[in-house]
Amino acid sequence: MGIVHGQEMVLNIGPQHPSTHGVLRLQVRTDGEIISEIKPFIGYLHRCFEKHSENVTYEQVIPFTDRCDYLASMANNFGYVVAMEELMDIKVPERVEFIRVIMGELQRIASHLLALGVYGLDVGAFTPFLHMFRDRERILDIFEMTCGARLLYNYMWVGGLSHDLPVGFMDVTYNFLDYFEPKIGEFNDLLSHNKIFVERTADVGVLPPDVAISYGVSGPNLRASGVKWDIRKDEPYSIYDRFDFDVPIGEGIKGSVGDCWDRYYVRMLEMMESVKILRQALSQIPKDGDVHQTIPKKIRPPKGSIYKRTETPRGDLGYYIVSDGSPVPYRVKMRSPAFTALSVLGEIANGWMMSDVIAILGSLDIVLGEIDR
Amino acid sequence: MTVDWIFEWLNGLFTTLSGNPFFLIIAILVPCLALFGFITVYAFVVIYMELKVSSFIQDKVGPMGQGVGLHAGKWGVLQPIADALKLLTKEDIIPESADKPLFIMAPFMIFIGAFIGFIALPFGEYIIITDLNIGIFYILAVGSFSVIALILAGWASNNKWSLYGGMRSAAQIVSYEIPAGLSIVVVIMLSSTLSMQGIVKYQEGGIFNWIIFTNPFAFVAFFIYFISAMAETNRTPFDIPEAESELVGGFHTEYSGMRFAFFFLSEYANMFVVSGVAATGFLGGWQSPIPGYFNTPLWGIFWMLSKTMFLVFMMIWMRWTFPRLRVDQLMNVCWKVLLPISLVNIFGVGIWTLVFG
Repeated sequence: MGIVHGQEMVLNIGPQHPSTHGVLRLQVRTDGEIISEIKPFIGYLHRCFEKHSENVTYEQVIPFTDRCDYLASMANNFGYVVAMEELMDIKVPERVEFIRVIMGELQRIASHLLALGVYGLDVGAFTPFLHMFRDRERILDIFEMTCGARLLYNYMWVGGLSHDLPVGFMDVTYNFLDYFEPKIGEFNDLLSHNKIFVERTADVGVLPPDVAISYGVSGPNLRASGVKWDIRKDEPYSIYDRFDFDVPIGEGIKGSVGDCWDRYYVRMLEMMESVKILRQALSQIPKDGDVHQTIPKKIRPPKGSIYKRTETPRGDLGYYIVSDGSPVPYRVKMRSPAFTALSVLGEIANGWMMSDVIAILGSLDIVLGEIDR
Repeated sequence: MTVDWIFEWLNGLFTTLSGNPFFLIIAILVPCLALFGFITVYAFVVIYMELKVSSFIQDKVGPMGQGVGLHAGKWGVLQPIADALKLLTKEDIIPESADKPLFIMAPFMIFIGAFIGFIALPFGEYIIITDLNIGIFYILAVGSFSVIALILAGWASNNKWSLYGGMRSAAQIVSYEIPAGLSIVVVIMLSSTLSMQGIVKYQEGGIFNWIIFTNPFAFVAFFIYFISAMAETNRTPFDIPEAESELVGGFHTEYSGMRFAFFFLSEYANMFVVSGVAATGFLGGWQSPIPGYFNTPLWGIFWMLSKTMFLVFMMIWMRWTFPRLRVDQLMNVCWKVLLPISLVNIFGVGIWTLVFG
C-alpha cells in the first residue's frame, strides 16, 4: 500500500498571521499537514530606506537605520557610524568606543531575549516569552535612561554619541548583569531542555553549513550550523579585539548540527558571551572623555565608497556607502542579514509539517523591517 | 434521581393534578437550570483562576482593581464578568461564505456535549442529578460529542485554518478516547460497576481505599486518563486544534462574540467534567480522605469540588508551562505509548485482583 496523496491546497500564511514576525506572507502548497512548497512574499513593510537616504544628509540617515531592524537599533546605528567614520577617517575617543560596545552588547542581549521568547511562543510555550520580556524590559530601561528612547535610539552619531552615560549607569548595568546571569539557567530549565520543546525543535529544519554559506546566511544562524564565523572576532571593528569572549557554535547536542534547537541554543550561549564582554567593558571604560569631541561640524566625506560590515544580533550587517563629495550620500545600500536568513527558508522548510514551518521560520529570527527596509 | 424526587414532590403537593406531564417538564427544567447556574459560576471562578494562575506563573499580577473606581473589582475579581459582557456585546459575525445553519449549530452542539456530561457527576450521596447505571460510560460517550461540533465548526467556517483545526481535533479526540476509555476500564474492573455512585461507594474508607492507591496499575491508569483527558479538552500541550501560533485560531477562527464564548465556556466545562470523572474514578469522589470524619453531605460537596478543582488547576499549570506538541508526535504518544501501557494495565489489574484480591 502506497502513501495516500490527497489534493494539494494553496495556503497563505500571513501577512496577518500571529507567527510571521511582522508582515510576511508565505504562500505554501500543502498536502494535508505536509508542506511541499514554500514561497515567501515580502515588501509589506517597504519604506524606501535606501532611496530616502539619497535625499537626506549623512547624519539624517541614522534615524532611518533605527527603523530597519527595530529590535536591534543600536547595532544598526553602530554599523552605519563605523562605516562613516572609516570613510571620513575619524578616530573616535576611547570612551566613545567603550560606550558603543556596551550598548551593542546590551542590544544583543535584548534582541536575543526577544527572539528566544517569541520562538517559545511559536512552539506554543507562552510563559518563557513573558519571562524574557520582563528581563528585556530592564535593558530598555537602561537605554531609556541613557538616551531617552526605548526602541529607536538615534544614539550613535558619526564621530561620537548623542549623550554621555548618565549618572548611575554603571550601578544599574552591573545590577542588571548580576540579576540576569542566573536567569539564563532558569530559561534553560524552563524551555531549552524541556522534553516537548526538544522534540519539536531537534532535528527539525537542519541547515547544513555548505547550504548556509552558499545562501550567505550569517550570524547565529550560520554559527548554529557549525561555522565559526563572527565578525567581532574575524574582522574586528571598533575595539572588539580587546575583549576576551568565545564564539559559540552549534554542536548538535539534542539532534544534528544546524537544527532549530541549535539555532535557539546558540543565541542562549551568545547572551552569556555578551555578559562576559559587558563585564570587561564596564570595568575598563575610561573615566573621562568628551563624547562630542570628534563629531564633525559638517559631514562631507571625500569622494569614494566604503563597504563595512558589523555583527548585529542577526548577523552580518553591511553598509555600502557611496559619496560624491556632497553632504548627501549618493547611495546607501544595506546588506540585511535577515533577508538572507529568510531566503534559505524555502530550502530547509520543504517537506516538513505545518507546525515545523512555523518553528523553522521562528528559529531564523527574521525582522521584517530589515528585510523590506 | 433528582428528577424523580422533584416530580414526586410536586405530585404530592398538588394531589389533584397528580401525574400531570407539566410537572415532569418542571422537574426536568429545575435541575437543568441549577446546573446551568453552576456551570456559569464555575466558569467565572475558573476563568479568574486561569487569569491569576497564569499571571503568577508569568511573574505578573494579572487583573487588578485600580484606583478609587476599582474597575475590575478588588484584585480584579470582576474581570471574568467584564470579559463575558464584552463578548456578549460584540458584533456577531457570520462569514458570507460560511455554511450558515451548521455554523450556528456548532457552538450549541459543543456546549450540549459539555453540559450533559454534568448530569452523572456525583457531588454527594444524594447530590447527583441522575445516577445512571452506566454513568461513567455515559460521560465518556457524551464527551466525544464535542468532536462532531468541532468538525462542524471547522467545516462550516469555510476557512482553511478552521478546516485544519477541525481535522486535527477529529484525529486527536478520537484517538485519545481510546486510552482514556481503557484506563477507565481499570476502574470498572476494580469496582465492578458502571454507576458513578457505585464507584464512589467502592472507595469508601479513607485515602488508601481510593482506586488510585489500591494497586500500581491503577496508579498508572490515573495518569494515562488524566493525560488523555487533557488531550480531549484541547488544552496545551495538546491544543493543536486551536494552536494560535500555527492555525491563527483553529476551528474558532471565524467565530466572534457569544458564539466564540460558547466554545470558550464548553472548554472549561469539559475540563470540569473530565476532572470530575478522574476525581470520582480514582480519587474517591465525594468521600473524605480520613475514614469516619468530614463525611456529611456538605463535606461531600467540598471534597468533590476540591478534588476536581485541584485537577483543573493542574491543567492550568501545565498549560502555562509546556510548549505544544506537533500533530504527529501527539498521535505517537497516543498510539505508541499510552495505548500499549493502558492495555498492559488492564491485564495487570486482572492478575493483581486474582492474586491479591
